[in-house]
Amino acid sequence: MTNHWNDIANADVIMAIGSNPAENHPAAFGHITAAKDKGARLISVDPRFTRTSARADIYCPLRSGTDIAFVNGMIKYVMDDINANPRNYNMVYITEYTNAPYLINPGYKGPGELNGLFSGYDPGKKSYDKATWQYQLDDKGIPKKDKTLKDPDCVFQVMKKHYARYTPEAVSRITGCPVDTFLLAIQTFAASGATGKAGTILYAMGTTQHTYGTQNVRSYAILQLLLGNIGIAGGGINAMRGESNVQGSTDHCLLYHILPGYLGVTQNTDTTLAKYLERLTPTTKDPNSANWWQNYPKYIVSLLKAWYGNAATKDNDFAFHFLPKIQAGQNYSHIALFEAMDAGVIKGLMVWGQNPAVGGPDANLERRAMGRLDWMVVADIWHTETANFWHRPGVDPATIKTEVFLLPAVVSYEKEGSVTNSGRWMQWRWKGANPPAQARDDLWMQDQITRRLKALYAAEGGPGAEIIGSLVWNYGDEHPDVHAVAREINGYDLATGKLMGSFANLKADGTTSSGNWLYCASYTEDGNMAARRDTTPDMFNVGLYPRWGWSWPLNRRIIYNRASVDLDGQPWDKEHPVIKWNPAKGESGGWDGDVPDGGWPPINVNPQTTRWPFIMKAEGHARLFGSGLVDGPLTEHYEPWEAPVPNAMSGQQNNPVIKVWRPEEQGTPDKYPIVCSTYRVCEHWQGGQMTRNMPWVIEAQPEPFVEMSEELAAEKGIANGERVIVESARGRIEVVAVVTMRFKPFQMNGRRVHQVGIPWHWGYTGLSTGPSANELTPHVGDANTMIPEYKAFLVDVKKV
Amino acid sequence: MELSRRDFLKGSAAGIGGVFLFDALAGGVALAAPIKKIQLTRQGKETPTICPYDASGCGFIVMADAKGKVINIEGDPDHPINRGAACAKGASLRQLSADNPWRLTRPLYRAPGAADWQPVEWGWALDKIARNIKDTRDAAFLPRDKDGNIVNRTESIACLGGSALDNEECYLLVKMARALGLVYIEHHARI
Amino acid sequence: MAEKAILFDATKCTACRGCQVACKQWNGNDEYIPTEPNGVKASNRGSYENPPDLSPSTWLKIRFTEVESGGRVRWLFTRQACMHCTDAACVRVCPNGSLYHNGLGFVEYNKDTCTGCGYCVDACPFQVPRSTRSLLTGIAKMDKCTLCTTQGLNRLDDGMEPACVKTCPPGALQFGNRDEMVAAGRERVGTLKTMGWSGANLYGENELNGLHVMYVLDDYPAVYGLPAAPRVEGVTRAWKNVIQPLGWAVGGLTIIGLGMNWLVARTNAKKEAK
Repeated sequence: MTNHWNDIANADVIMAIGSNPAENHPAAFGHITAAKDKGARLISVDPRFTRTSARADIYCPLRSGTDIAFVNGMIKYVMDDINANPRNYNMVYITEYTNAPYLINPGYKGPGELNGLFSGYDPGKKSYDKATWQYQLDDKGIPKKDKTLKDPDCVFQVMKKHYARYTPEAVSRITGCPVDTFLLAIQTFAASGATGKAGTILYAMGTTQHTYGTQNVRSYAILQLLLGNIGIAGGGINAMRGESNVQGSTDHCLLYHILPGYLGVTQNTDTTLAKYLERLTPTTKDPNSANWWQNYPKYIVSLLKAWYGNAATKDNDFAFHFLPKIQAGQNYSHIALFEAMDAGVIKGLMVWGQNPAVGGPDANLERRAMGRLDWMVVADIWHTETANFWHRPGVDPATIKTEVFLLPAVVSYEKEGSVTNSGRWMQWRWKGANPPAQARDDLWMQDQITRRLKALYAAEGGPGAEIIGSLVWNYGDEHPDVHAVAREINGYDLATGKLMGSFANLKADGTTSSGNWLYCASYTEDGNMAARRDTTPDMFNVGLYPRWGWSWPLNRRIIYNRASVDLDGQPWDKEHPVIKWNPAKGESGGWDGDVPDGGWPPINVNPQTTRWPFIMKAEGHARLFGSGLVDGPLTEHYEPWEAPVPNAMSGQQNNPVIKVWRPEEQGTPDKYPIVCSTYRVCEHWQGGQMTRNMPWVIEAQPEPFVEMSEELAAEKGIANGERVIVESARGRIEVVAVVTMRFKPFQMNGRRVHQVGIPWHWGYTGLSTGPSANELTPHVGDANTMIPEYKAFLVDVKKV
Repeated sequence: MELSRRDFLKGSAAGIGGVFLFDALAGGVALAAPIKKIQLTRQGKETPTICPYDASGCGFIVMADAKGKVINIEGDPDHPINRGAACAKGASLRQLSADNPWRLTRPLYRAPGAADWQPVEWGWALDKIARNIKDTRDAAFLPRDKDGNIVNRTESIACLGGSALDNEECYLLVKMARALGLVYIEHHARI
Repeated sequence: MAEKAILFDATKCTACRGCQVACKQWNGNDEYIPTEPNGVKASNRGSYENPPDLSPSTWLKIRFTEVESGGRVRWLFTRQACMHCTDAACVRVCPNGSLYHNGLGFVEYNKDTCTGCGYCVDACPFQVPRSTRSLLTGIAKMDKCTLCTTQGLNRLDDGMEPACVKTCPPGALQFGNRDEMVAAGRERVGTLKTMGWSGANLYGENELNGLHVMYVLDDYPAVYGLPAAPRVEGVTRAWKNVIQPLGWAVGGLTIIGLGMNWLVARTNAKKEAK
């Protein structure tokens, strides 16, 4: 989240798209209710009418996978309205804080001109050359701008041309959302574009789990930037996220492509630390751009010092080569991982509290792949489908040679440590109860295994034994001291041995350590910041709770908050200031309120020493047009990999740069005419690892089901509560039909398209069992992130 | 600062929109959670915790008896995010406790081709896991790629999981996995 | 002591069912559905609404109703639990006074004296109490919402809100003095009317001389599955006021008769012993 949970109460309008907070973030829904009590409007955009829709002021149905068309239509509306009624929008924000005035290479061409493609596409490589997506530079190397927004090459004009194609009628044809409903939604949401008003977008996996999921998020960001909604209270784009520490686990980068603190993973072409840094450290010629990532060297060197201590010296590039290097261009993400397992490359698998046999896409394939492993270690609180894959229904255990260890773990309140919520609040948990006899926490298991490995390599040697031998690993003899780990993450001044107070003081010369620069300042000489339980309100009383827990970065509660003020540093929204320039503060003025995105003065106060507000971008301005993604600088509608209709926008059916692993597993609409989506229900959690053995929630939601419209049920002769078969090109499952008026067939281009949906929590192990929806989902993912497509694929439904 | 159970539970009546103003600790930070005493038939030690389900970060109070057995778990009314509230999952937290008969109580092992689990000792399991990791890693460790670049990786072991772990566990896991040369490191955030 | 009440705002409920579970958690009610080694004997019957009915171990349940009018689909969530009526049919029909009003206006019951006869189950205009007979002991007991006043688990005595109220994330449940809850309910109804909900109403303010669980509804009670004009049936009134006293009289006479019998028998026995 750019903002945080309590901040939702500051919003004037809330759009839940690709998300269902009433069911998946139920307790935090209180903040939505609080906003509504103050007059805020709630818009729910969803293929099905959910418990969130039930509380919404406006419900917009849309066919799964058509978010970009929907939001692009909103962007077009806003751009037209900016022309007609500029006073209803914050034009200073648009021209001064975004890259709207930046001039783009005149060679750039968009999908309107190239039948769905952006300029630079290489069909052979299935990738883009981004040369034409770059800014025009002046003789100093600074991007050229036209603040009148009139130049045909400026981002604003390029966007106008791009989005003009997304008329309300086109949106309706693609999404199935009636034109008047769509218009009501955008008119309501665009009202937040007025200076001093706030609109927030709440999204989740309905947004990201598509072959263009990242572009879905981009479309929200573009809309929010045009409305001046980033950085302000009650605004932002807010990923709600589904696990208690998914934010922390992402920050610590248990992902192939990044190292703790979102530092890029090292690759084979990084022959030296300098080459690695050259590849990843952004540069700018603009003296007013903070370009925060210029600090890359400090963060990676401090990480290496935390991991390799005295073995990391200036002479050996701070042990840079102790880091494993991926092969440049090769993908190692979840889908690729299971493909490699299926191909026999991966022989051993460690699984910590995850259940891919239920949660992974194309679950039958992933379960099968597990059988190719030599060994598997699973740490969990009870039996999971993953740990028990070798005797799943229909499989003879004798044929599976995998050795499996199932280690009894403890639950959250049986151990001590911290978690970070999606609002970036890091909160400490204490041990409140005892676990079953021999259950142990994961920290202990990790410590035990690593210490055994260190002993084995010390005794026997082996390839790269030096790396394991040099690894700093000293957390105590019995149980690892979780506070010692937390302090290591924060980092030390190695000369004084004192804990670091801020990442601003980290060094690239090896004199500081920090296991994760983003968490630097979380555990300081003043103590464990995450453990704070002080509910003192913030200065402006906008719900920041600056002394409750701790928030990265540097306890900043709303990121990009320098965009919440005008050029004089005064808040756009006088009722809900986030920060405010106080000329009387200190020697030459300072900021009140939230921890600002850097302490530099406002633009008008000191044009020389000021810095542009979007400090994480090299140009210092938010990117309406951005060259960072692999599949286009602006958002363009493509159909899901499996779609019931041809792309009504262009001749390019699918995202042109996605990797298709198994073309033979693609279902076609003649055989599978119905769109299917998977989702969660309030009463269960993810793959069921923490709910399917709990009778209280099981009785509330006892088994998987398929929701369908009354119209589809009538066509198929299906009665409510009957068992039906849902089949895709990957698998078939038998579940109960929930026939409901909350699903309606979509009318698109005169055609009727049916949609169904299945919750995916179940599997074959535990107290509550049932078929897994992921037996139906495809092994295909987003072009940028490889997040699997769980939300839009094709099925057929039959009576049993 | 001590609160009676009376104050403790009354708190939620102010609702999400309200502002709680407890004693701000003078100077520095309030580092310890206030320990709450309650006068109820169900008595025990109260410990604040954060919900293990979604990423809202709601606060809960675990009440356990002297033996560490959970008596009651309900929303933490001091917590700014949920103000004592809990959904169906949060309200069920007690059924995650050691009293749940489905909880794993000791390490289990399934030998290749075996039809059943067998209970094993921790020491034995950890020794064997470490041995497996070393053997698998060493057999496929790649110090350099085909062009001679140093890569120091193994593609033969994968590591999954993390979102249900604490930050400190995530950090140690990534530190351990990268030191072993793993590149197939993934978790819930990707899916 | 002031009368207390729960105010349920159906227009804020998200049906997360925190209340349904919190009720079980606090009151120690086991799951309704018996578990077995290979799974739970539970099923989805074409609805999110589960368990299928109230029971001695499910005192509160959220009901899900779908309605469609003017092309607009609505998904309505209603609380089903004891309404704690002032004019309470259950109190009237209870043969031995096991059901009674407490000082706060709520309907309490004494499980020790309850015989599980089931009269209250039949008489309740909201179909709330449930009674089951144990197969092992043959003993039957009625159960329903106690408003968290069960001895040893009494939240109200300790100044706490009922478990369901405390847990409600969107603040759809409030607890307090009944007159304050009536005022809050009326205010909310007024707001709903200004938002165009012309049928908005506060249910329970006057029904059965005042319920202690009142509902803010944006539509007519019948839409939410609530009886528009709940009443205690004539026969029930007669039961408490006429038949039951008569019953007691008959029962009393019987007991007196039995006592006489015993005395006579004992006297005879003594005589024989001599």
